[in-house]
Amino acid sequence: MFEGLQQRLGEIVRKVTGRGALSADDVDATLREVRLALLEADVNFKVARDFVARVRSAAVGQQVWKHLSPGHQVVKTVHEELVRLLGGEARELRVAPHRPSIILLVGLNGVGKTTTAAKLAGHLRRRGRAPLLVATDLQRPAAVTQLEVVGAQVGVPVFSAPGATDPVAVARAALARAESEGHDVVVVDSAGRQHVDEPLMAELSAMHAALAPQETLLVLDAMAGQDAVTSAEQFAARLPIDGLILTKLDGDARGGAALSVVSAIGRPILFVGVGERLDALEAFHPDRMASRILGMGDVLTLIERAQEATSAASAAETERKLRRAQFTLSDFLEQLRQVRQMGPLDQLLDMIPGFAKARQAGLTVDEKQLRRIEAMIQSMTPQERATPSIIDGSRRRRIARGSGVTVQEVNRLLKQFEEARRLLRHVDEHARGRGPLPFPPR
Amino acid sequence: MAGEAPGWLGRLHNALSRTRATLAARVDALLAGPIDEAFFTELEETLVQADVGVPLSGAITQQLRERSRGLSSPDAVRSTLAEIIGEMLGTPGVLHLDPPPAVILILGANGSGKTTTIAKLAHRLRQEDRRVLLAAGDTFRAAAIEQLEIWGGRVGAPVIRHQAGADPAAVVFDAAQAAVARGADVLIVDTAGRLHTKVNLMEELKKVNRVVTRALPAAPVERLLVLDATTGQNGLAQAKHFHDAVGLTGLVLTKLDGTAKGGIVVAVAQTLRVPITFIGTGEGLDDLQPFHAAAFAEALLAAS
Ligand SMILES: Nc1nc2c(ncn2[C@@H]2O[C@H](COP(=O)(O)OP(=O)(O)OP(=O)(O)O)[C@@H](O)[C@H]2O)c(=O)[nH]1
Ligand SMILES: [Mg+2]
Repeated sequence: MFEGLQQRLGEIVRKVTGRGALSADDVDATLREVRLALLEADVNFKVARDFVARVRSAAVGQQVWKHLSPGHQVVKTVHEELVRLLGGEARELRVAPHRPSIILLVGLNGVGKTTTAAKLAGHLRRRGRAPLLVATDLQRPAAVTQLEVVGAQVGVPVFSAPGATDPVAVARAALARAESEGHDVVVVDSAGRQHVDEPLMAELSAMHAALAPQETLLVLDAMAGQDAVTSAEQFAARLPIDGLILTKLDGDARGGAALSVVSAIGRPILFVGVGERLDALEAFHPDRMASRILGMGDVLTLIERAQEATSAASAAETERKLRRAQFTLSDFLEQLRQVRQMGPLDQLLDMIPGFAKARQAGLTVDEKQLRRIEAMIQSMTPQERATPSIIDGSRRRRIARGSGVTVQEVNRLLKQFEEARRLLRHVDEHARGRGPLPFPPR
Repeated sequence: MAGEAPGWLGRLHNALSRTRATLAARVDALLAGPIDEAFFTELEETLVQADVGVPLSGAITQQLRERSRGLSSPDAVRSTLAEIIGEMLGTPGVLHLDPPPAVILILGANGSGKTTTIAKLAHRLRQEDRRVLLAAGDTFRAAAIEQLEIWGGRVGAPVIRHQAGADPAAVVFDAAQAAVARGADVLIVDTAGRLHTKVNLMEELKKVNRVVTRALPAAPVERLLVLDATTGQNGLAQAKHFHDAVGLTGLVLTKLDGTAKGGIVVAVAQTLRVPITFIGTGEGLDDLQPFHAAAFAEALLAAS
C-alpha cells in the first residue's frame, strides 16, 4: 500500500546529479521523503523530526561518492544512523549469574506478553536452562489457563496460585518455589494494563520491587502507532525497563514504533516475535529493522553496498572482460576484496534471496578462508594471475610456500576459480553482470 | 440500537478527562494568533500525532484552509473543522438485529480486544433483554474458549464450543443451529486473532462467513472489525484486507482509555466507507459505548 522509499526517491535521484559535496538542497529534498517514510512507518512525530534534523547536519557537506547519487547517499547515511540508533549490535539476555535470574514481562493490553513469555521460556529451556513460568495475570479471564497451556507446549512448568487475588503475593510465592525446586530462570507474565491506570501501575512497581528482576522487558506491538512513545515512557517512569521485545513482526506493519521507543527510553530491542508458533522468537537485527522502517528491502541494502564497493567503471570493465572470457585471477582477487568491503559475509549472504535457505542447509562461508585465498593470489606472478593454466606442479609448491598454505589448498583455489569463472559467465548471461560477483563456492 | 446504558456519556467523559484540552480549547489556543500558515502546520502535526496519517492530515488541513477563507471567528473555524472530520467519519454504525436470530461476527488482529468486546456487547444486549448465544470460534489460541466461557457465565450468555483445535467453521455451523433451536435473538461469534497477511487464515475467515450465511440465510449478519486504538498506519491495511475478505459492516475501536487517539479510523472510515459502531474504554463490561463523531473529533485534537 505504501510506496517504498526507494521508489519515491527515484524522482529526486534522477533530478539531482550534483557532484562534489552534498548540497543543502540535495539533502533537504531527500530528507523530506525520508521523514514521510518514517511517519508512514509509525515512527513518532517528534522522534522523526529530531532524527531528520540530526541526519541533516551530519550529511550536509559530506563528500559525494562517485558511484552513489546524492539521494542514495543521504538514504545510506539515514540507514546507518537508524541502525546505530536501533542498537547496532544485538544485546544478549542477562540470565546469569544470579540464581534464579528473574525476567519480568510488562506491557499494554493485548501486545502478546503471554505468548512471548512461553516463547522465551522455551528458548531458555532449549539452551539448557531450567525455567519456571509464573502466571500473575489474575485480571483477564483464563489468562492463567492460557499460560498453563502454552507452558506445557514448550515443556516448562507453570507456577500459579488458584484463588489468589494479589499478583505481588503470587510472584513472591513463585520465587520461593523456584528456589526450592532449583529453577535457574523465572519468567514472570504480568497482566496487560494501560499506562494511565494508576492502581495497576502502582501494582506493577510493587511487583518489580518484590522480584528485583535482572531483566524487566517491555513487550511492544509492531503495529503500534504514535502513542507507543507515551506509553513506553510512562512504563519506564514507573519501573526500570531494561529492554524491549517487539511482537507481531510477521505481519506487514513497518514497525516504526520500535525506533520511537528505543530512542525515547534508550533501551535496546532483544527479541522479535515473528509468528504465533511458540518457536517464532528471533534475535533482533537492527539492520533489517532499519530497512523495514525505511521501506526498502534488504536486497536494496545489498545493492547499495555493492554500488559502494564496485565503482561503475570497474563493474563495466568486469562485464566486458566476462564477455570476452578474459576474467583473470587478478580480477578475481579484486572481486574478493570488494565483496569483503561490503560487510560481514554471512550478513551479506542472508540478504541474497534464496541464500538464507541454503545457509540453513549448512552452507557456510569462512572469512578466514577468504583471507588465505587472498594470500595465495598475492603470491602469484602477474602472468600466473592472467593465465592460470600455466600454473604447474612446481609453481603450485612455490605459491603454497609463499602464502603459508598447503599445495592441496592451492589446487582447490584453482579449481574454485574455474568454477567461479563458469558461475560468473552464468550470472552475466542472466543479469548482465551487475552487482557483486559471487565468491567461490566451497 | 435502543436504550443506551445510563451514564455512558459520563463514562466517556471520564475516560477522556485526562485529555480535557478539547477541540474547543485546542483550536482556541491555535487561534490565539492569526490563522496563518503556522496555525495550519500545527493543526496538521496534531493530526499526524493522533495517527490520522500524513496524507489525510494534509487533506483535512487543506480543506480547512479553503473552507475557512473569509471566516474570522474562532467558533466558525472550529465548527468547520469538526464538520470536515465528521464528514470523513460518516454516520456512526447501528446494529441491525432484526429479524432474529441475528449474527454478529467479531474479527480482528491478535490481541485487539475481540473477546472482551464480545463480553461487553453481550452484556449490553442482555440488558436490553435479548437472548444472546456465543460461539467459541477461536479454537486456536490457548484458553480462548475458556476465556469466552467465563465471560459468557458472567453476562448470562451460553457458549457453543468444540474442543481446542477444532474447525471454527464447524463450531459456527453448530452455533447457528443452536441459535435457531434455542430461539436466540443474537448469536455473537468469536474468531481467532489473525494478521491480514496470513492468506490461509483469511481464507478460514471467509469460510466461517460462508457457513453463517448458508446456515442462516435470512439472518441479518454484522461483521465488526475490532481495531486497537494504539494501532498506527497498519490499521488501514488491516481494515482493507478484512473488508475484502468478508465485507465489514462496522468498526469497534478499543482501548480508548489509554492515551492513544485511534486516528487511523478516520482513514479507514473515509477510505472504505465502513462506519464506526462502538468504542471500548476499559476492561469492564460497561466499558463499551456507541460511537459519537463529535466527541471523537474533539478527543483527536486534544493534547496527549
Ligand atoms: N484497557 C482496555 N483493555 C482492553 C479493552 N478491550 C480489551 N482489552 C484488553 O486487551 C487484552 C486482550 O483482549 P482480548 O479480548 O483477549 O483480545 P482478543 O482480540 O480476543 O485477543 P486474541 O483472541 O488473543 O487475538 C485483554 O487484556 C483485555 O482485557 C479496552 O477497551 N480497554
Ligand atoms: Mg480472543
